[in-house]
Amino acid sequence: MFKRIMIPVDLAHDGNLERALQVACDLSAHYGAELVYVGVTGETPSSVAHTPAEFAAKLETFAKEETTARGGGSARAHTITAHDPAVEMDSMLEKAAGDLGADLVVMGSHIPNRFDFASHGGRVASHATCSVMLVRDQ
Amino acid sequence: MTDENLDTGIPVPEGDTDLIETDYDIGQDNIEGRVGPFGFDVHNPVFMISGLSVIAFVAYALIAPTQAADFFGWLRPALTSTFDWFFLSAANIFVLFCLLLIVLPLGKVRLGGADATPDYSYLGWFAMLFAAGMGIGLMFFGVLEPAYYFGTPWGDAPLGAIRPFDEDGNLIAANVQEARRMALAATSYHWALHPWAIYAVVALALALFSFNKGLPLSIRSAFYPILGERVWGWWGHAIDTVAVFATLFGLATSLGLGAQQANAGLNHIYGIPVGINTQVMLIIGITAIALVSVLRGLDGGVKVLSEINMGLAILLLLFVLFAAGAGVILTEFGRGLLAYAQEVIPLSNPIGREDDGYREGWTAFYWAWWISWSPFVGMFIARVSRGRTVREFITCVLIIPSLVCIFWMAVFGGAAINDMVTNTEDSAVMANVITNYSPELSLFAMLESLPLASITSTLGIVLVIVFFVTSSDSGSLVIDTITAGGKIDAPVPQRVFWCTFEGLVAIALLIGGGLGSLQAMVISTGLPFTIVLLLMCWAIFQGLRSEPR
Repeated sequence: MFKRIMIPVDLAHDGNLERALQVACDLSAHYGAELVYVGVTGETPSSVAHTPAEFAAKLETFAKEETTARGGGSARAHTITAHDPAVEMDSMLEKAAGDLGADLVVMGSHIPNRFDFASHGGRVASHATCSVMLVRDQ
Repeated sequence: MTDENLDTGIPVPEGDTDLIETDYDIGQDNIEGRVGPFGFDVHNPVFMISGLSVIAFVAYALIAPTQAADFFGWLRPALTSTFDWFFLSAANIFVLFCLLLIVLPLGKVRLGGADATPDYSYLGWFAMLFAAGMGIGLMFFGVLEPAYYFGTPWGDAPLGAIRPFDEDGNLIAANVQEARRMALAATSYHWALHPWAIYAVVALALALFSFNKGLPLSIRSAFYPILGERVWGWWGHAIDTVAVFATLFGLATSLGLGAQQANAGLNHIYGIPVGINTQVMLIIGITAIALVSVLRGLDGGVKVLSEINMGLAILLLLFVLFAAGAGVILTEFGRGLLAYAQEVIPLSNPIGREDDGYREGWTAFYWAWWISWSPFVGMFIARVSRGRTVREFITCVLIIPSLVCIFWMAVFGGAAINDMVTNTEDSAVMANVITNYSPELSLFAMLESLPLASITSTLGIVLVIVFFVTSSDSGSLVIDTITAGGKIDAPVPQRVFWCTFEGLVAIALLIGGGLGSLQAMVISTGLPFTIVLLLMCWAIFQGLRSEPR
């Protein structure tokens, strides 16, 4: 069914990703699909890392640890560097899904409230050509 | 987007840097949460203190307008005339420091690590440098300043230059050449090496401590070599708060005063009435475009607008160049450059001069003004300069913009002076700069002396407005980053907040009065910031020495 599953992660708020990570790992084990952890970082020092290289290394470690702990299949990390991550996030993720050849995107998502307009998952789902699965955080 | 290697998903390592070891985690003092649908992630207490103190000062200016106007109206000229020697000396130090960095081996250090590659092409980079920091000034002063020095009857000619007009306003042909030479040299002095050196020092300090040392992109980070871990406490809060304060008020008061100027221009060309309503509409319009720009982000909004802006400015520049006679103006540029080279040392001499009107009223005012804008422009330049070597950085932020500015002044000032010389009797430039001093009309007066004035004046108005937008959007990004503790990925509603807030402050001051007095206050912050910048030079030197070259 799926050959490559992309899972966008926010290393600064990884606590909210519990359920999405588990689903992605289960699916990758079930279909024998490769997991690709995708992280978007700016170039300035952030709460996660001082440089894009340090961010990439952290994402790599995160991908290995989470996949092993949750019994996922093969996994790798993919770091995207953006000039202005706050607004470029969605388009970067859409582009990454295409570039990586992912056939499924599993994304963590919070329960929307009435006036919510900043849903990354919603926007990726409405633009990406592959399947998108949004997993609520509770 | 830099995405070097799709196979491993990891960008090529950025090479050696000398990260500063600190216990501070970026964002550790931040508060995250939601207000209704809007997420926020702001630094505590910088966000609150800056926001509240801005409101307090606006309230002061509105409640006690006369007192505020009296106090700041006294403070600013008092500072620039008392400390003119200090401003002039400091600016000279910044220029020498930058020139030294070009020739020293330290210039080989690359911002962002030894193997970093530049984020932006030269074109996009230049467009953003100009649009954020100087564009609007070039529009306003390009005609005004050279024409003013050329014709001033008020005794504030630079270095006591001779006048080309006699008491009755008749041209003295023999004096024209020398007066023109000095007018161009004195204008170029305010727009070339010195202001760009001020911006370069701040930008270099921030880029170095952020991209190479791993500290947050915030003004306080440049003080790490001096204050150590104390920069994360109240010292740092104070530095960042003053920077936010100066940036916000600098932008808001410029926006308010700019709306008045644009209104005067619209009145002059189309007969649109001058009034608060038109000006408030202009501020709302400019803020709305800036909002779209910040929502589209650095690449999709700010950079695109800057490039459009640059294109339009080049169009206007080429038009004036050819309409006023390219041969004459290019000779003028050559002369201007030569005059600048000859006069820059006497003009920047801080002591033993008698041209108080020029030195205190213009030069020290300009230096305080550039310095009060430097946290904003410097931080914006830093953000877009990753991947350049220090030498390349200084060359491109100091030398090339200086040449462009001297060229701009030669074209616009040259065309204006030509008009004053060839038809002294009914020159519109003469009428609007010397006979009646209405500076906001000087650009349009000069364009009237050339063909197609209605088209070029409209282009002029559009340029003034777009230059305001490009200052407003980049300023909002800078304020948002500082008040988010150096995070560039804080929730987008925050930048919307700052951009809107800036428009509201401008409107409040426009309606209630107080634009002038608060602008005087902002320029007064130039004095403490001059000390800050001098310390930054030392911090840059220390920081660069430990970098691998």
